[in-house]
Amino acid sequence: MEAEILARWQFAVTIGYHFIFAPLTIGLSWLIFWLMTRYLRTGDPAARNLARFWINLFAISFVVGVATGLSMEFQFGANWARYSRFVGDIFGPPLAAEVIFTFFLESTFLAVLLLGWKRVSPRAMWFASLMIAIGSTMSAFWILAANSWMQTPDGYSMATGSPVLTDFWAALWNHSTGQRFLHTLVAALMTGSFFMLGISAWLLLKGRHARAARMTLVVSLSVAFVTSVSQLSTGHLHAVQVAHTQPAKLAAFEGLFTTQRHAPLVLFGFLDERNKTVHYAIRAPGLLSFLISFRSSDKVTGLDAFPRSEWPPLRLTFYPFHVMVGIGLYLIFFSILGLALAGRKRLFTARTYLIAAVCTIPLPFVANELGWITAEVGRQPWIVYGVMRTGDATSSNVPAGQVIFSLVFFSLLYIVFTIAWIIAARRELRHGPEEVEAETDIAPEEPA
Amino acid sequence: MTALQLTWFLLVGLFVIGYTVLAGFDLGLSMLALRARGAREYKAILAALGPFWDGNEVWLIGAGALLFAVFPPVYAALFSGFYLLFMLALFGLILRVVSIEFARTAEPAGLAAWSIAMGLGSVLAVFLFGVIIGNVLRGISLDGEGIFTGTQVSLFNIFSILVGMLNLAMILTHGALYLSWKSDGRTRHKVRRVAQASWALYLALAILVMVMAPVQFPHLSRNFDGMRALWLIPLFAIGAIFFIGVWNDLRREKLAFFTSVVAIVALLGTIVVSLFPILLPSQQNPDTWSLTIMNSASSPASLTAMLIITLIGLPIVILYTAWIYRIFGGKIGEEGEY
Repeated sequence: MEAEILARWQFAVTIGYHFIFAPLTIGLSWLIFWLMTRYLRTGDPAARNLARFWINLFAISFVVGVATGLSMEFQFGANWARYSRFVGDIFGPPLAAEVIFTFFLESTFLAVLLLGWKRVSPRAMWFASLMIAIGSTMSAFWILAANSWMQTPDGYSMATGSPVLTDFWAALWNHSTGQRFLHTLVAALMTGSFFMLGISAWLLLKGRHARAARMTLVVSLSVAFVTSVSQLSTGHLHAVQVAHTQPAKLAAFEGLFTTQRHAPLVLFGFLDERNKTVHYAIRAPGLLSFLISFRSSDKVTGLDAFPRSEWPPLRLTFYPFHVMVGIGLYLIFFSILGLALAGRKRLFTARTYLIAAVCTIPLPFVANELGWITAEVGRQPWIVYGVMRTGDATSSNVPAGQVIFSLVFFSLLYIVFTIAWIIAARRELRHGPEEVEAETDIAPEEPA
Repeated sequence: MTALQLTWFLLVGLFVIGYTVLAGFDLGLSMLALRARGAREYKAILAALGPFWDGNEVWLIGAGALLFAVFPPVYAALFSGFYLLFMLALFGLILRVVSIEFARTAEPAGLAAWSIAMGLGSVLAVFLFGVIIGNVLRGISLDGEGIFTGTQVSLFNIFSILVGMLNLAMILTHGALYLSWKSDGRTRHKVRRVAQASWALYLALAILVMVMAPVQFPHLSRNFDGMRALWLIPLFAIGAIFFIGVWNDLRREKLAFFTSVVAIVALLGTIVVSLFPILLPSQQNPDTWSLTIMNSASSPASLTAMLIITLIGLPIVILYTAWIYRIFGGKIGEEGEY
């Protein structure tokens, strides 16, 4: 049991850390693609330097993502051997696809984008940025397809006691893949755009690289607005799917203890697991029923429909879910405020707003982590929903001492990564996009 | 054994070869940082690593993911059984990955520190990968459920440590030859001498391990007893290793490097023919408890889906990998810049 808790902690630390960087790189990759498109169109060296600045910031995050991704792969087998044996047959195809279709693509073309400026044409550089954006997005798709299979397994048979793939497409496009991919992709775009928004605001506040900063500020604000608003609908789609396929999880999200018609939506409150209620709750009557089926009279399954042993840990589902939604609403509000300022031509001089934009950088990251906690904790006690319990998934032969050793070891390593990332990012920021000197830079360099 | 299973065994093998040959040279290059002095030499190493190492690393991720996908019980037994070895190797690899990236952008003061961290990380990972292969060859304590029952300490045995050292010498030689082929002037000659020294160790250890293995572990010579012609593969490997030194001595570094590629493939081939069709031998009961291609492979439906994915994806990967080697080909500049 002790080894199981530790193995869970190790997994949570590793993936939680990885999930700081993965959404950021996905989001930034599309913004960089946009910058490269602009450079290709105009041939303006300032546009090129701006793209290079963002590519450098992207690269340091990408590297940390790769390094922690490697440890995730090792960890599956090391700490979760019984799980690996159990689901290998299903997980195989999406994992193989992720490696073959996306990892090579990302890492190869990132090398081109970092080092190829004097060797290949601007068009090839543009193409490389497109390949990275496609690669990182597809990578998210394949791994989310595998993860979604753990939420809503499909396309398999249990004839031999463990799942055997019977229908590749059904397993891949199981009941939650589409919704979860969309929701995560939009979250990644939000993360990237609010990151770019904050960094641009910071450059403006410092009065440096003002022309470049204004441009990325406007673009990232627009993307931030569109994605934040659309996250409402992807989040809604996802919640409806959870209500249908994993009702216990939805009940835990909402703190809904009793099955009822006209189920209210709890906006916020304090969850009391022992007395099965939510204290000081602000409720919107009937809204939960309405959101799920567009009829407020519809019945929503509560936790009372499930034995206690099949409840997910409630507090770790309820609070992360509500805080995530709260952050999402704030981000919508914040981007609308920015557009309103822009409409009055006051965006670039509104110091308070720019400072707030810098302070907003961490929030999408926090929302990502909370969303992930909600999704994974909400699935408990199952590792594969309805098929395998998490307690049966660990390595039977790895004692707690070994797990502690590696947990401490990797936690320290991640702290070192973070420090190194901050140092490298600060150096990039202090340096900023290269300024164009009229006499040296004339046109895009000739390809070698 | 079905044709599908055999195909997948060969494809996983291809990823292992890809990793050893490609990441081999960049791991070896990184180790050279431990012998380098001054910013110019560090930068030459980093420039040679330049655009390639990241893509090379993906071959390892690929090999690991495919092992999980194709032979789940082997993946589970190996990674949970060799827990500390893998965690430490992973630590070395990660340290290296991060060090490379930060060395690339570091100020002069940080350059030496990050480069040395990169070298140490590489040494650790390469040595431990060798120790892991040594243990796979000699067989491990594996019960009827395919679960490792031995201790972590038992994995540090003389034979496996020797294989670890062999791996170090092999990779260092490989990387040094690459750098000496790709560079000019002082760097070239300094590195060529490093290659020659590590080559001598490489040859000696390869012969030692090849003599020790069948004598100490009879299960490794079974295939050879059945088909005497198979002996040509290890003999060919030794011959190839020998010629690496000859070419290097004649200052034909490019030829020596490609001979090193051939030697690596022949050595991995020797491992395959020694064990085939076993993937992970059980010491207690080699005949029935060992994990083999037949008893570990995923279902036909899963293998077929992955095969289709691979047949579509791999040619494209090879295409753009070839492209990147072409555009970044040629000698690295004195300034170590691309």
